[in-house]
Amino acid sequence: MEAFVQSVVNGLGQGSIYALLALGYVMIYKATHVISFAQPALMIAGGLYAYHFTKVFELPFWVGMVLAVLAGALTGMIVERLALRPMIGKPVFTLAIITIGIDIVLRIFANRYIGVQSKIVTYPNGTKRYELFGITISQQRLGLIAVTIVTVVALALFFRYTRAGLAMRATALDQETAMAQGIRVGVIFALAWAIAGGLAAIAGTFVAAGTAGIDQATWIIALKALPAIIIGGLDSVPGAVVGGLAVGVIEALTASYQPDVAPWLGNNFSLVAPYALMFLVLLIRPYGLFGTKEVERV
Amino acid sequence: MSMVKTRSRGLRGRPLATTSYAEDMTLLNTPAKRRSTFAIILVAFGLPFMLTDDLLLVLTLGLIASVGAIGLNLVTGYAGQVSLGHAFFIGLGAYTGAVLGGDPDGAVLGYGLPMWIWLPASGVVAALAGLLVGPIAVRLRGLYLAIVTLGLVFLGDHIFRESRDLTGGPGVGRRGPDLVVFGFDLNDTGPVLGVMLEREQRQFLFALIFLIVFAILGRNIARSGVGRAFSAVRDRDVAAAVIGVDLTRYKIMAFAMSSFFAGVAGALYFAVVGVFEPGTFGLLLSIQYLAMILIGGVATISGSIMGALFVTSLGRISGEIAHFMPFISTTAGSGGFLSVFQLEAILYGLLIIGFLIFEPRGLFGIWMRIRNYWKGWPFSY
Repeated sequence: MEAFVQSVVNGLGQGSIYALLALGYVMIYKATHVISFAQPALMIAGGLYAYHFTKVFELPFWVGMVLAVLAGALTGMIVERLALRPMIGKPVFTLAIITIGIDIVLRIFANRYIGVQSKIVTYPNGTKRYELFGITISQQRLGLIAVTIVTVVALALFFRYTRAGLAMRATALDQETAMAQGIRVGVIFALAWAIAGGLAAIAGTFVAAGTAGIDQATWIIALKALPAIIIGGLDSVPGAVVGGLAVGVIEALTASYQPDVAPWLGNNFSLVAPYALMFLVLLIRPYGLFGTKEVERV
Repeated sequence: MSMVKTRSRGLRGRPLATTSYAEDMTLLNTPAKRRSTFAIILVAFGLPFMLTDDLLLVLTLGLIASVGAIGLNLVTGYAGQVSLGHAFFIGLGAYTGAVLGGDPDGAVLGYGLPMWIWLPASGVVAALAGLLVGPIAVRLRGLYLAIVTLGLVFLGDHIFRESRDLTGGPGVGRRGPDLVVFGFDLNDTGPVLGVMLEREQRQFLFALIFLIVFAILGRNIARSGVGRAFSAVRDRDVAAAVIGVDLTRYKIMAFAMSSFFAGVAGALYFAVVGVFEPGTFGLLLSIQYLAMILIGGVATISGSIMGALFVTSLGRISGEIAHFMPFISTTAGSGGFLSVFQLEAILYGLLIIGFLIFEPRGLFGIWMRIRNYWKGWPFSY
């Protein structure tokens, strides 16, 4: 039982990273109806900004993180302005492929920066562990979960109570009508990408603050947020959080139990377990757990 | 001569005017097209005697990849079902070919069957997998489908890595099947019908014939009733269903056909490459194939071929560029601003973005523009 709770807690920690990334995907999807495959690159970029600010400029961790979030948001906005704004009105498939191109290009530059040694950000007192009823959790994980909660609550409040949040909701509902009400849709697109870039930077910072840090293969974990958004529903903010956490927990549980229970699935099955879960959910609910069903009109 | 008589049609001196639907849909509907296609095929058969062996190998792989690209174009270009899972089907074909045609005494499973069994079988196995994916595609649309096919690549990657008996496992890999066509070894050197042919020349000629067969097959699928149903599904699936196109049937057909092309192309490609390992069939391969059809031209067969040849020779091209740019190092290690491999990857990315923004119809679109310019010359404006 203790082992079970321990792996759930570990899963929630990792799931927070997926939830942050998934929120970024959902932000962009709701505003522009595009799935951004550039999110892995934005996450790596965010982590590397944090590394640069804390290690090269020797700023404290939290200051470095805030600066990294701002830099990540700026990167997101630049990407949107240069590569996606000219394509407004083109098929969403085209836009999605363009984000793949952006991802490839950005990651090459990131890999140049990373080099052969993985880049690790030091979390203040990162090695210290708390223990409660035999369950241990590192301070870094605790900080990550706290930051995720704060971010999600802040985003929810932003959408509910600010003018910009209202404008974003209106744009997500109907772009032309939103334009007719005087909302500058281009600015909303930029804002959505900025939020997504910032969220990716938070996730990246905590990935870099983990034990493995960021190396040239780290980007692949950002793709696990894709099953998360599919499970939750592409256009649902709570769905992204639930989906992200679910993916993290499933991954941790598979890692601890699958080698004993189902060894025939092979080594490291936990790495692909989120995708298997995604197939299962989609067979039962094609629009995810919280997604809105598309209404067909001819 | 009577053959020629029946082929000449339409109104005298007006090759573009047709008097029936069948005439309009013929493969090579103008004399200019007939002549240029004939000339291209003639030049292609002459290439092995003009180019060096290393260049020939690049082109051989490009020709085989073209078949895979035509397959992806059938499902994504013609039928409009975005698939990021092409690498999975290519891998499935490659391993079916390798297992059926591989060395029976090797460290991994192999049955040593002849090519006329393993080549079609690899297509059939991939097509069966496509049939399994089809029903999911029926339930999902657009980007949901893209992500699910992405998941397929990751699951496939896992399966390939873990089936060590079949694939050799990551980092080790296995050999592809032997290239023997009806007792005729493509890896051998010697005279064929009185002409001295080396290994690369034989492989190139075989790949060329292979491509011609599958290109005609692909073009025939696209211009027949099936192809029109695909286009209807792509343009508006609800409207297609209303006019009587069976969505389930045609979506599953699109996936099965595309996977068949991917399977045979995968089996032959990695037979020519030689040793390959499971890590090859990752997301990057899927993106490369998407790049081929986007750069070449969506929903065109000739575009698929142009795109595939271009993308497979991109490594070679970036190597040539590196010779003229002192800040690009030609070795994998550090030094210089970029390495050749990084330059190649950046070219991919930039070409995809650039083509989609500036020339969405791809190389085929550029060709159309050039053609139309000269067609109306000197009154081209």
